[in-house]
Amino acid sequence: MNPQTILVYDGSFDGFLSCIFIVYDQKIKNPIIRKASQTNNQMFMIVEHIVTEEHKAHRVWKGFKEKTNATQQRDFFKVFLSEIKGVENTLLNYMRHVFEKTHAPSTDFSNKNILKITQVAKMVQREKHRMEAFVRFQLTNDNVYVATVAPDFNVLPLISHHFKDRYADQKWLIYDTTRKYGLYYNLSSVEIITFENSNTISSKNIEKHYNGQERDFQKLWSTYYRSVNITSRKNTKLHLQHIPKRYWKYLIEKTNNS
Amino acid sequence: MSFDRIREKLSILADAAKYDVSCASSGGKRANTQKGLGNNTGMGICHTYTEDGRCVSLLKILLTNHCIYDCAYCVTRKSNDIKRAAFKIQEVVDLTINFYRRNYIEGLFLSSGIFKNSDYTMERLITVAKKLRLEENFNGYIHLKSIPGASDELMRQAGLYADRLSVNIEIPTVSGLKLLAPDKKHEDFIKPMQKVKNEIIQYKTEKKIIKSTPRYAPAGQSTQMIIGATGESDKDIMYSATYYYKKFNMRRVYYSGYIPVMPDNRLPSIGTEVPTLRENRLYQTDWLIRFYGFSIAEILNTTHKNLDLDIDPKLSWALRNLQLFPIDINTADKRTLARVPGIGMASVSKIVQARKFRRLDWSHLKAIGIATNRAQYFITCNSKDFYSKDLTPIMLKNKILKSTKSKYSNYFNQQLSLFS
Repeated sequence: MNPQTILVYDGSFDGFLSCIFIVYDQKIKNPIIRKASQTNNQMFMIVEHIVTEEHKAHRVWKGFKEKTNATQQRDFFKVFLSEIKGVENTLLNYMRHVFEKTHAPSTDFSNKNILKITQVAKMVQREKHRMEAFVRFQLTNDNVYVATVAPDFNVLPLISHHFKDRYADQKWLIYDTTRKYGLYYNLSSVEIITFENSNTISSKNIEKHYNGQERDFQKLWSTYYRSVNITSRKNTKLHLQHIPKRYWKYLIEKTNNS
Repeated sequence: MSFDRIREKLSILADAAKYDVSCASSGGKRANTQKGLGNNTGMGICHTYTEDGRCVSLLKILLTNHCIYDCAYCVTRKSNDIKRAAFKIQEVVDLTINFYRRNYIEGLFLSSGIFKNSDYTMERLITVAKKLRLEENFNGYIHLKSIPGASDELMRQAGLYADRLSVNIEIPTVSGLKLLAPDKKHEDFIKPMQKVKNEIIQYKTEKKIIKSTPRYAPAGQSTQMIIGATGESDKDIMYSATYYYKKFNMRRVYYSGYIPVMPDNRLPSIGTEVPTLRENRLYQTDWLIRFYGFSIAEILNTTHKNLDLDIDPKLSWALRNLQLFPIDINTADKRTLARVPGIGMASVSKIVQARKFRRLDWSHLKAIGIATNRAQYFITCNSKDFYSKDLTPIMLKNKILKSTKSKYSNYFNQQLSLFS
């Protein structure tokens, strides 16, 4: 039996595409593609560290684009952002399927890989939508609306556009506390930012810098939330289905009981 | 502004507005031009959910709960002894903007009790919308209530600033309305609906010629009916709903189970359970008619006046028409597929796409996500085993009920315990 090859990359999309380039270039059979942060060394395996090279990534993506439509490309990227363990191999199989066919169907839902890609893309899409809904901005005294999130998948790249379009006349910051980076809109463009000291973005520190009216509006919102509830229709199961408990930490109306 | 007073008003006026079911924030596309505040992509967002499981996407409040009318079904009726309050126009504007900037809401749903007269009230509502659009450069969603009896000129203005307009007819039958809201006239409800419908049609035709025609109520109009207040049948409700869909091009008709809020001998007594299951069956019927190609007479007619509570209306229809089944998944057209119990529209399009590549069998259908526990009795596919026993509708119904667990099963258990 030949030893299996593990390709390790830096976690970026370009890095992943570079891996695919290498797979084709060196004709590697049955590789496993992993993020550097996810690997542990194993015996009887060849571990190769792949350097991210933009031109290689570009070539792969260009080839993929020629054979697919916009939805397929978006889904592919979404599935990558899911960061589910082993998702790289599903994507590799899918890409192989696309490259083998002259005309690659995206609608053959009886094909395992295609169905999987559609389903995972949908999960990521749902999380993206939840973030658009559950982000709660808090206004600080330097006039920036700040929110922290910890989404199940790495969806910040997907929501950037939505918030930029919507809140075009206010400075805002959305920070992902698990992945330790954020999006900051400075009234003209969105930039990616990181903090050296994670305390800067802790909820305590944000509260310290609240704008004078911030607490009042939070209370008003909680008051509103309680007033619109109809007690005789209470339906806890449905409630939890819509906002699972893991999201409550963002929601002012679920935490602020004053 | 005095925070405590605002807070008190908000709790009174949000509480009074909560019986309005509509919370849609979709359908009114509005781009954020000139770096203003907010946009609407045409897709709604539910920003949170109340403990009763309903979506909260809009700041839904009354401008005031002072009202000159005395409709029996309404909390804010004149004769009801409750705290009254009224917002100033600027207060509503400030609340909306500040909630919106914090990503709490998609926009505003403003309704009102009727004070002085219809036109005076309608004018106030329009002023709020106008201020939001012109002074605050706000592009979020605005839903205004059309006040029954408001003049045509005001209805025209309202549509220029609002995304959606709605009048709640509340009582599905004219006779019921006479009983419960003696000072309101049926024509008063119809007039603003008619005007909005005509304006929308006019906008659509003018738009084709003059591109800069100002937009008029891009998210259309909707209405709401209370169920279980006057003893009407499901047939009455759905025929009336179909009438409003057809006659006034309604985007949505909402059904709201009556919640007893005060004693009145014309109405169900306080403590009567809210008919949520009936509500659910009506919505299912509404969907079958709007998206599944069913006609109302197939589901409700003189021999079948009420919907079954224990099974969904599509299954109920299928059991009454067993001679049309089984159908072949690999050859049936879209319309026929949509009529199979346990297959939704999303599965229909997946099936139609997937069967181009190979003939589908049970495992494919399960992976696609159809509810085989119901569908299996009505279809055949690329497999030798399919359900072939000839069962009577009743036997089949019991078989299906045994194999499924309804989320409403508690409801039926409670019903039984009354007699034991």
